[in-house]
Amino acid sequence: MNALKIIKNGILDENPTFIQVVGMCPVLAVTTSAANGVGMGLSTTIVLICSNVVISLLRSFVPDTVRIPIFVVVISTFVTIVQFLLQAYLPALNDALGIFIPLIVVNCIILARAEAFASKHNPAAAALDGAGMGLGFTIALIIVGVIREFLGTGGVFNMEFTPAAFPRTIIMILPPGAFITLGCLMAALNALRGRAEKGGSVNTNASH
Amino acid sequence: MQTLLIFISAVLVNNFVLNRFLGICPFLGVSKKVETAVGMGLAVTFVMALASGVTYIVNAFILIPLNLDYLYNIAFILIIAALVQLVEMFIKKSSPSLYQALGIYLPLITTNCAVLGVTVINRANNYNFIVSVVHGVGAALGFTLAIVLFASIRERIERNHIPKAFQGFPIALITAGLMSIAFLGFTGMIKV
Repeated sequence: MNALKIIKNGILDENPTFIQVVGMCPVLAVTTSAANGVGMGLSTTIVLICSNVVISLLRSFVPDTVRIPIFVVVISTFVTIVQFLLQAYLPALNDALGIFIPLIVVNCIILARAEAFASKHNPAAAALDGAGMGLGFTIALIIVGVIREFLGTGGVFNMEFTPAAFPRTIIMILPPGAFITLGCLMAALNALRGRAEKGGSVNTNASH
Repeated sequence: MQTLLIFISAVLVNNFVLNRFLGICPFLGVSKKVETAVGMGLAVTFVMALASGVTYIVNAFILIPLNLDYLYNIAFILIIAALVQLVEMFIKKSSPSLYQALGIYLPLITTNCAVLGVTVINRANNYNFIVSVVHGVGAALGFTLAIVLFASIRERIERNHIPKAFQGFPIALITAGLMSIAFLGFTGMIKV
């Protein structure tokens, strides 16, 4: 597997949010604004890359029976480090993401990649896989965040650019908006994929 | 009185699934049948009540006196993993029929973010032992309520005609969204 293929796999073919449907809690919870989505996505990406590399380095020492507890300890160490960095340098973002920073530990994407990829490949490939999956996750968070913030507040990235007459649908930035936005996005993806398959298109990835 | 308010708020107002988005994976994954949803809910309730109590004790009597407070995340996830393992062994010995019914759902509870979430929230709010356990039980009952209601709605949806693009996850998410709107109605009930 070459480098580009691993990255593309994470972003498109096996996108953690839209294709694998894992780690949904942060996708729904922190996407009240696009900026929160970026912060959460990048924090998760950093943890994913670091834990993938360490688990890949440890892969020949870890006994099979206790691998899951060891993976969890490695992951939670990096989550604690990321939390300290955010508290020190980006306190506003840390407050906005709140409880979901410590909860990166139980994000299924990270444990799933440790189990399915990092424990079977060399550190370089594991780092690339972490980066690809992390970016795929970040992109999904940004898409959901942009839609919700735009419909809910009339702006994106804290900049309001729509006229006052544009209706602000407050419910989109409340909890129900998260479920409904993601449900409609996934239905749209299903429809696009169905159309691509019906049209006999060779490259289905283009429609993702 | 304050404790009672925290309990009601955890069940209805700040419902873990529909308002705080904790425990979405089992909520979407284990909600195809009402029976399994009830089993999952009860198992989570048990683990969450235990985890709330044990993490309080460990935090107050081990981590804080030793100034290891900053390790809470690592400590809590290990406690939860160990508890789930213990509960699994205990149920296997004492009630094989319940073990059969819960089977594969038990180990999954470790990665249920609602369990770690409730312990982190307890710690952040400085709840004492009793309030922590009450909050844990309330949050878990809220989870059970949401997942059982959701499973019964999904059983009905199964028999309806749904546009192809919306089949599976999309319609489930939109159903959850509508339930969440309904639960927003509780917001005015309590100010916490």
